[in-house]
Parts: sequence; C-alpha cells; structure tokens
Amino acid sequence: MTNGIGRAAGGLLTYGFLGLMAFLSVFPFFWMALGATNSSIDIIKGRVLPGAALATNVSTFFTQVNAPLVFWNSAKIAILSTVLTLAVSSLAGYGFEIFRSRHRERLYRAMLLTLMIPFAALMIPLFIMMGKAGLINTHIAVVLPTIGSAFVVFYFRQCTKAFPSELRDAAKVDGLKEWQIFLFIYVPVMRSTYAAAFIIVFMTAWNNYLWPLIVLQSNDTKTITLVISSLASAYYPDYGVVMVGTILATLPTLAVFFFMQRQFVQGMLGSVK
Amino acid sequence: MVHARRGSIGRYYDINGWLFVAPVLGLIGLFMIYPIVWSLWMSFQSGRGMMMKFAGFANIVRLWNDPVFIKALTNTMTYFVVQVPIMIVLALILASILNNPRIFGRGLFRTAIFLPCVTSLVAYSVLFKGMFAPDGVVNSTLAAIGVISSPIPWLTHPFWAKVLVIIAITWRWTGYNMIFYLAALQNIDRSIYEVARIDGVPAWARFTHITIPLLKPVILFTTVISTIGTLQLFDEVYNLTEGRGGPSNATLTLSLYIYNLTFRFMPNFGYAATVSYVIVVLVALLAFLQFFAARERDK
Repeated sequence: MTNGIGRAAGGLLTYGFLGLMAFLSVFPFFWMALGATNSSIDIIKGRVLPGAALATNVSTFFTQVNAPLVFWNSAKIAILSTVLTLAVSSLAGYGFEIFRSRHRERLYRAMLLTLMIPFAALMIPLFIMMGKAGLINTHIAVVLPTIGSAFVVFYFRQCTKAFPSELRDAAKVDGLKEWQIFLFIYVPVMRSTYAAAFIIVFMTAWNNYLWPLIVLQSNDTKTITLVISSLASAYYPDYGVVMVGTILATLPTLAVFFFMQRQFVQGMLGSVK
Repeated sequence: MVHARRGSIGRYYDINGWLFVAPVLGLIGLFMIYPIVWSLWMSFQSGRGMMMKFAGFANIVRLWNDPVFIKALTNTMTYFVVQVPIMIVLALILASILNNPRIFGRGLFRTAIFLPCVTSLVAYSVLFKGMFAPDGVVNSTLAAIGVISSPIPWLTHPFWAKVLVIIAITWRWTGYNMIFYLAALQNIDRSIYEVARIDGVPAWARFTHITIPLLKPVILFTTVISTIGTLQLFDEVYNLTEGRGGPSNATLTLSLYIYNLTFRFMPNFGYAATVSYVIVVLVALLAFLQFFAARERDK
C-alpha cells in the first residue's frame, strides 16, 4: 500500500541505518590501525589520519615487551587448552549420544546445569587448589580448569546426531573396537565439527583474561591479553604502543575469521537451530 | 529401553559408555562441582587469608550493611536491565532487515556488524578507553557535528562511565546475537512475509507479529546467555576504568568486587565467596524467570 515516495524514504532509512551500524562496528578497527601510526598524544587528541609514528611505536613495543615469549605463552596455552578440550569433549559427546543409558542421561542433564555457574564463584577455590598443588604461575594451572566444558560436550553431542549409524555398524562387522571406531571413523568423518569447535575454543582460550590474571603473576609467564591490559593501565599509557599490541593480539582471530568464516559462524551458533 | 539390557552385551555397552564420558565428568567434577560446593561452605566462614572459622550467617548480614556491595549489585543490575534489552532489540531489527534477500550488499553488512565479535574483551575495552578519552575521537566528532558544546567526561563521571560501559558491551555483542537470529530466520518460510506484505501488513507489524513470535525460543536462549554474561561482567570494567571500578565505584560490578576482595584488599575468602553466591542465585533466578515468562506467554 505504500506509494513510491514512501517506499524510497523507507529504503533510504533502512540503508542509512544499516550503513551507520556497519560504520560504527568497523570504525574501531580503522581507529586501531590508524592509532598504531600515531603518537600517543595525537591519539588522545582524536586524530583520525595516518601519522608517522609507526616505526617508533613498533620498536617501543618490542623493547618494552618480550613479544616472542609473550606470543609463545599465549599460543601454548590456547593450543593446549583447545586440543585437550576437543579431545575430551568429543569423546563425551560421542559417548552420551551413542551409548545411551538412564543414568548417563541424568548426569548429562546435570552437567548442562553447570553452564549457569559463574566463574566468579569458582575462582577463589580454584586459586586455593592451584596454590596447594604448587601450580600458581604455571600455564598448566591456566589450562586445567578450562578443559571440562559442558558447552563443547553439548555441541559435539548435537553434531553426533548426524553421524551415520551405518558407519558404526559396518565397522563393528569388520571387528573394530569401540575406541578404534571413534578414532579412525568418527574423528575423520566429523572433521568440520572439529574445525568449528577448534576455532571457538581457541578464540576463547586466546582471549581469556580473568583466570590468567589471577594465576600468572610473573612477567615471563604472561599472555598477550595480560600484557595489553597492563600497558593500557599505566598511569600515562603510550597509546601508540598499546595499539600495536592490540593489533598483534587481534590479528590471529581476525585472520581465522576471514579465512574460515563459515566454520567460525557455525561454531558460534553451536547447535542452536 | 537400554537399561533393561542384560548379560554381557549390555555390560559391554555400558562400560564403553562410561569410559567415553568419564574424562569430562571427572574434570567437571574436580574443577566445577567441587569448587562450587567449597565456595558455598566458604561463604559461611570468615577470617583473613587461610585462617578461617565458622561464622554462620555473619557474611550474609554483612552484605546488607556493605554500601560497596549494594553499589556493585545496583550497577550490575543496571547494566543488565538497560543493556540486554537495547542489544536484543537492535540485533532483532538488524537481523530482520538483513534477512530480506532484496537488501543490496547484505553479506557485507552482516560481516561488518559481526566483526566486533573477533576482538578480545580486553582489546576492545582498551580501544574504547582511547576513543572515549576527554579530547578523543568520540568527543571531537560529537563537538564537530554540534551535538555537544563541551567534552563528555566519559571516563571520570559516574553516570557517563556507566553509559560508556553499556555502549562498549553493546558494540561487542550485538552482532553476536544477530547471527543467532539470522540463522533462525532462515528456517522461517519467506512466503509468510510475502503473504503478509500483499495483505498490506506494515513492516513494523510484520516484525512484531511474525518475526518475534517465531523467534521466541532463540530470543530466550540469547537472553539467558546475555544475562549470564552481564552478571559476570569483569574484563571490560576492569580495563575501561583501570581496575578500580570507576569514579566512586560507579562502574564496579559484582565480579570486580569479588576480585578486589580476594586479590586486592586483605583477602577475605569467606565474604568474597558469599558475594559470588549472590551471582549464582541471581543467574539461577533470572534464568528461571525468563523460562517461566516465555512459557506463560505460550499459553
């Protein structure tokens, strides 16, 4: 029932709104890139043009921060945490779905309730536990509590519903043991599920902040996320240097997003359909 | 009925089932169930550091008389009550616009709006802290287009600091919620919209009478997720306001207060555990209320 003018105005409004939202979403990324080329004073003054301080900022960053070590720490924690989470969660997701029993079904439902447990309520006991075990300031202490994740188990179980039972039957006829079926048939068949889960778990581990902040107390164990935070919380932060740090910390996840966008979104959505 | 199986095949099946799920159950038991139970026990104790003794309900009484706790609770609830609805409505509107295949460049818009999700909470907080500096890009832009005559004290004024936290979280999470709605909208038959259009149902009514009712389960899911997230808010507040909870505790959240009680002030594990159980109770209560509300509206 709308006339031509009304429709044109509606279209203009729609595109104006979309354009504004897209601009606001992307602008901080541009600003981050521009910031790395400007001096701290120019950044604070709101300069939005490329500057000439990139080389200075980069070299200051690499003198202030032992970048290779910090990246190695982040990568080690993220990869270890992701590989272990995926291994343990896919086993469980497969186990809950394939070998059903009343008891395990109850435990599964109880396990899903742990999704509501806030980390703040765990951090004090976990900190004391790690202290007693002598693991404070170690990367093991960062990784351990992240491995058992009800969400990732749920994700694998939902995806296992699509795993063809004929494959299992055929493998059993061939005399494969249960662990062999899992390792040699399930894992290769479900590789896209693993890829999507890998991206999300890796990103969560890479970006994790509160727990590493509590556990990692010396400079040689810190991750890139902790380093950016401490650079930015200096009394007079050098924003040019901070921007170099945030770019380096964001690049890995940004790259994964652009190269594996489909799996990225699939992993984020989990199994909600 | 699986449990009715008997004999060696049934047992073989059952043993395998337990073997597959045991590692995860062990880890969740050790690193979630044990700590959360310990935390509950701790909340009835008081003392400094590891020297704790049973204190009954003393910690709960202390909550009522602790103005900083009341402030942290009020702030957390303010974020929740103001931010979650704004974000969800915004995400719903964006999703229903971008679901229309006639929108030009919708893939590009979708990617752009989703992009904030790749940043770490710390990285974007640090970016926002710079952008919202007194003479920073936001204030100078607002001044240039004539919206404000003097710079807004985003980081130093109790009210504006809260607004800044809300703007920041909305920036980071709107696209995340949007893709849930977009995924759900793809399952809705587009002909419903075409029929409604031909019948002259205006866009807004199509949104409120078709889109929202059909998306209800996903909206509920994202609301619960956002509720849990907002009640645990820490990284943003810690990094936007230099770990102190902002001007006169204006941005202090419950999680940040627990962190301060445990790792910044003289450690009081018992009282900190009590505050953490406030979050546990709030999350459970609000999740229950949201499910209940959704079920009621179904009738």
